Amino acid sequence: MTRENPTLTARPPAFAHRHLLGIEGLTPPEILTLLDLAEEAVDISRQVEKKKAVLRGRTQINLFFEASTRTQSSFELAGKRLGADVMNMSVGSSSVKKGETLIDTAMTLNAMNPDILVVRHHAAGAVHLLAQKVGCSVINAGDGAHEHPTQALLDALTIRRHKGGFGELVVAICGDILHSRVARSNILLLNALGAQVRCVGPSTLLPKALDRLGVEIFTDMKSGLRDADIVMMLRLQRERMDGSFVPSVREYFHFFGLDQEKLAFAKPDALVMHPGPMNRGVEIDSAVADGAQSLIREQVEMGVAVRMAVLEALSAHLPNRPGAA
Amino acid sequence: MSLSAIRAESRPLVITGARIVDPKSGLDAVGSVVVADGLIRDVARGAAPGLPDGATVIEARGKALLPGLIDMRVFVGEPGAEHRETFASAGQAAAAGGVTTIVTMPDTDPVIDDVALVDFIARRARDTAAVNVLPMAALTKGLKGREMTEFGLLGAAGAVGFTDGRHSITNALVLRRALTYARDFGALIMHHPSDPDLVGSGVMNEGETATRLGLPGIPREAEIIMLERDIRIAALTGGRYHAAQISCAASLDVIRRAKKRGLAVSCGVSATHLALNERDVGPYRTFYRLSPPLRDEDDRLAMIEGIADGSIDVIVSSHDPQDVDTKRHPFAEAADGAVGLETLLAAALRLVHNGEASLASVVRALSTRPAELLGLPSGRIAAGAPADLILVDLERPWICEAEKLHSRSKNTPFEGARFEGRVLMTLVGGRTVYKDSEA
Repeated sequence: MTRENPTLTARPPAFAHRHLLGIEGLTPPEILTLLDLAEEAVDISRQVEKKKAVLRGRTQINLFFEASTRTQSSFELAGKRLGADVMNMSVGSSSVKKGETLIDTAMTLNAMNPDILVVRHHAAGAVHLLAQKVGCSVINAGDGAHEHPTQALLDALTIRRHKGGFGELVVAICGDILHSRVARSNILLLNALGAQVRCVGPSTLLPKALDRLGVEIFTDMKSGLRDADIVMMLRLQRERMDGSFVPSVREYFHFFGLDQEKLAFAKPDALVMHPGPMNRGVEIDSAVADGAQSLIREQVEMGVAVRMAVLEALSAHLPNRPGAA
Repeated sequence: MSLSAIRAESRPLVITGARIVDPKSGLDAVGSVVVADGLIRDVARGAAPGLPDGATVIEARGKALLPGLIDMRVFVGEPGAEHRETFASAGQAAAAGGVTTIVTMPDTDPVIDDVALVDFIARRARDTAAVNVLPMAALTKGLKGREMTEFGLLGAAGAVGFTDGRHSITNALVLRRALTYARDFGALIMHHPSDPDLVGSGVMNEGETATRLGLPGIPREAEIIMLERDIRIAALTGGRYHAAQISCAASLDVIRRAKKRGLAVSCGVSATHLALNERDVGPYRTFYRLSPPLRDEDDRLAMIEGIADGSIDVIVSSHDPQDVDTKRHPFAEAADGAVGLETLLAAALRLVHNGEASLASVVRALSTRPAELLGLPSGRIAAGAPADLILVDLERPWICEAEKLHSRSKNTPFEGARFEGRVLMTLVGGRTVYKDSEA
């Protein structure tokens, strides 16, 4: 009996992962594959007929242990546009208080045979833990201060559509790096694609050994933003501005809030991004947020496209695929 | 073997041809030991001078005979969390690990801060545990860090020292009074130096690994600052102070300076901290979540140096049984702690096999020094001492399998680890409480 050697005939899968748990572990070609897929999704999303059938018959559960409007609705829309049946589950801290563990919740859901679980949890590593225990594909929609891979991917897609690529680009990530999963995923992704990444913030909001992640560190906006192509602002939660990490909102805004004056330190064609939700007047001035250099609304559109791309890429590895052995 | 069968053993026992290592007397030679009536009767280089009538002879050529290990930091689930560990299961784990005496921590439910409870442990352990169980009582009532317990009465009831276990005394005045009062009784105060404010929400060593994992870090200063404070209070009061566990190179410097000044200060390190570092946490493995946390490689190497030169007094297992209900959580929400009674000796022997410390210095830290600090007659191989002995094949390789551990909880950070050195037989008071099945 002769058999074709599959490694010679078949193209290796461009995205060979069952889960998307983080940017860590993805190769630059894999990241670019996702971005290319997302471009197609942008086109589909701008048509009247926004549907594709790659997930028809599949069940996607959005399991959010932490409240989120935009990420959850973005994943919901992405799943629906690909034809999946989408169920949203918001598990507050209540069932945890009842004594049910994360694993118990996951096993309960797993018994309902979902194909894809989209998970957000307030603890770093929670999504990894869950992925070990369930039989379906798992997408990390944010775990503690660890990773938020689809946010980094949508940021990258937005940047590429405006700047064409990543080499030579100077990206300044500003604000609360310490508690930010968005920052970590972006640092990993932008470094992988060759951008020059800076972190700017007060020292109380910069984690230890941050420089070991391959970024330049600044504690003032003027030098941190000098010649930057992209200024990425991070959300600062109000409970961290009462003297625990920074003394007050007004002091924070004075030194780190992005207004026109500080934006002028960056390149004239610099673009402003924010993962949302924004605290206007805390980390960003309304005039900048709504100004000509802002990409903030476009980021939301790219969010749906990137999530469609991720769902589609993972669908190639779902079990019981039509035509699969 | 049932306990009653073990108790029935009363014939004299002679172990011949073993390499006898007793750091207390400096003995490290091939010889014989005669055991009768629960005590070591004779120790001789070469063959035993004369065999007692009806003696059982164990030929132990090529094996090492060591004083049984004395583990100064063991958490047992009894009373209050028997599903994690009982005196019986901890005793079996200890016996299999060559630990002949365990010193239990008072962090139980109820807290061991009352004479009746010390008495309960003594009776319960005597009836169910295969090894010696010596309780440490709470340093402060309810482990609340405010009022000291009855050191005199608790000591008379059998408490071998006073500690708040996992808890640190933040109020310096409380520690000052406790160390001052303890001095009158010669009592040992054991403290876990870890400033809870600096620890904050931290769950692992602060540094690159924590930053990459997005986990809040615990700075080394949480340990160092409190240790420095404690040493000053020890100097002020003249009390006997023992740091339960240190984990940082800088803490070792603090201890060395204090010892140089002649203070009654001592410290311990866990075998886990001698064997592993923060990188072993890997992808959020909660069995590697410990307090103090695993530090980096430089700290680990410093701890080994401390054992080699004797500036760290004791190696403990810090045996802390945890079940899925406390460990199967996201890293930041899981409990601290790992079991260690059965891997204590093997993990410590890695230092010997790697040429990092002598066998004598490791045995000193596992048995001789704990006995000295606690004022026990054991921890030595000499005529008149209790026959708490272990026979060890120092070279025998084995692989740690969690499922085979005797402990009721299986939260070992050494799952799949390769070790050299296996306990063949454990004697407690002359009774054989463990015998390796392949021996």
